[in-house]
Amino acid sequence: MIFEGDMLTRAQAIVAKYPRPKSAILPLAHLAQDAEGWLSEDAMREIASLTHVEPAEVLGTCSFYTMLKRDPVGKLVVSVCTNVTCLVTGGPTVLEHLAARYGDDPDVTVEEVECLAACGGAPALQVNYEFHENMTPESAEQLVARYKTGELAARGISGGRV
Amino acid sequence: MVATETRIITKRLHDRPNDSWTIDAALATGCYDGLRKAFTMSRDDIGAEQVKASGLRGRGGAGFPTATKWSFLPADSHPRYLVVNADEGEPSTFKDHMLIERDPHQLLEGIAIAAFAIECNLAFIYIRGEFALGYERVEAAIREAHEHGFLGTNILGSGFDLDIVVHRGAGAYICGEETALLESLEGERGMPRIRPPFPAVEGLYAKPTVVNNVETLSTLPHIILMGGDEYAELGVGKSTGTRLFSLSGHVNRPGNYEVELGITFRDLLESPELGGGIPGGRAVKFVIPGGASSQWLTGSDEHLDAPLDMDYVQQTYNVMLGSGAVMVFDETTNPALVAWRLAKFFAHESCGKCTPCREGTGWIEKVLYRISHGEGRPQDLDMILDVGDNISPGLNAPFSQTTICPLGPSAVSAVVSLDKYFRDEVIAMCRTEVPA
Ligand SMILES: Cc1cc2nc3c(=O)[nH]c(=O)nc-3n(C[C@H](O)[C@H](O)[C@H](O)COP(=O)(O)O)c2cc1C
Ligand code: SF4
Ligand code: FES
Repeated sequence: MIFEGDMLTRAQAIVAKYPRPKSAILPLAHLAQDAEGWLSEDAMREIASLTHVEPAEVLGTCSFYTMLKRDPVGKLVVSVCTNVTCLVTGGPTVLEHLAARYGDDPDVTVEEVECLAACGGAPALQVNYEFHENMTPESAEQLVARYKTGELAARGISGGRV
Repeated sequence: MVATETRIITKRLHDRPNDSWTIDAALATGCYDGLRKAFTMSRDDIGAEQVKASGLRGRGGAGFPTATKWSFLPADSHPRYLVVNADEGEPSTFKDHMLIERDPHQLLEGIAIAAFAIECNLAFIYIRGEFALGYERVEAAIREAHEHGFLGTNILGSGFDLDIVVHRGAGAYICGEETALLESLEGERGMPRIRPPFPAVEGLYAKPTVVNNVETLSTLPHIILMGGDEYAELGVGKSTGTRLFSLSGHVNRPGNYEVELGITFRDLLESPELGGGIPGGRAVKFVIPGGASSQWLTGSDEHLDAPLDMDYVQQTYNVMLGSGAVMVFDETTNPALVAWRLAKFFAHESCGKCTPCREGTGWIEKVLYRISHGEGRPQDLDMILDVGDNISPGLNAPFSQTTICPLGPSAVSAVVSLDKYFRDEVIAMCRTEVPA
């Protein structure tokens, strides 16, 4: 069980904020991901009972959204932008470098993402939804290394504080 | 004269770079004075008078007059909801991101004024899921505002109550489209609704709803304090006031600049106070204004000297100021590669509800990939124009559409621009010998 004790209290408070409980699916999915490191089927079943809908409806909603990881991912999710401003300022080489460097590392999931609204500091990336701008392949690798050693404290994989 | 910024909604965040998001900085710089003044006014005096007189038009993309949107709410139908669009995902737009992280109290003040004016007691902020710090800052600001009596029950003794729920998205550009946003807020897949009914009549939970952008709402306190007429003196024609432009790409000083509407693209790109020119003194090849959905401009003198005036650029060059993005590409850029990357974005973000968009964006992406990677056929450009014509018949701007929402037609803008300005270059990129 994810939602028991404190977590259950938090979840119930979230559901109560909305005129209709189904609205709480996304916030509860974020909470579950931060706690468990991904969004499991069991978590979606619990969310279904908390929001009074069928588990299939929770899956139906959650499968629409790229931030919701329905397969396990590394403790660090590195999201590299390659949309047009980052495209012409070096985003693709940052992505290639990180993907090659961390391809076999179970702790690190490198993904390509769309514009992060940080184009004033292109190329940009996020590590567990913390922004980092003006990246080079080298500075990006050093950055991920600092998160790996714990020198930089990472958020949860949904961007919350765990 | 050197073009400079006119800082109204970005004043606090520039003056207090180290703590602009805190309640202390907000109170020390007059935040919530606009709300106090609003409570001395009647609801009509705010919406139908001051906001109308200001000429304020939505900063989310469509440029729709804010007072007019509010006036569509059916009388005597409650509850009503105000939904703040903080989902900023239009490529190369990064102004709301800054306003959210660095001046959340200004946003809350604007929300409270709008909610008071439209008689709403529960507002929602739909914030892009990736904005983790922004989410924390807004939540903290809401707690502080409650402590100081700017939110909650009987705000500042006015008898008006307001609560705000912050709702994080989860990675879907289409949820910036207002009806997809409402679906997402209801716990559904983010797929746009067919209109009518419009949100003002049947929006969130089928109740009357106003959806407004972060920058639109952040402007309200200043309109109330200055008065609508004084605000309308800024700007040009029906593009009143200031706007934030997100300048990016091949410029020396990329960033957000708040300028009076009416300065030119050249001012924005070249002023030493603004863009600061093109690196290496290279020439501008093309500019994409308004976000990925707009058609393009070139680096010609005529285009660079065009004013930042929403109606003028629409009528004269078929381009939009849209979300306020201005992307600059110098002479070294391959325009087909940029068009391909934008097509890939739209193909990825299409929600899949309408066939022309779901299938068409995919085909445009595949064909632009082969063109931009040296594998194109000379007839490819005409083929994707034909695909585009099935999504947006006539290929005009403002566009017609065979789709439910404007995302599909937006994906065609880059193809039309390639054809209009770079047809010869694109065809020269293609293979002349086609395998049998
Ligand atoms: C595909 C698509 C994406 C959009 N994304 C955003 C967005 O991220 N932020 C925003 O404020 N408006 C966005 N809009 C515009 C909204 O639908 C809506 O017009 C706007 O939020 C209204 O607020 P305003 O009148 O204050 O501008 C988008 C529209 C479309 C068609
Ligand atoms: S145009 Fe595209 S994004 Fe918009 S509703 Fe249709 S399929 Fe979805
Ligand atoms: S294009 Fe990469 S952050 Fe916007």
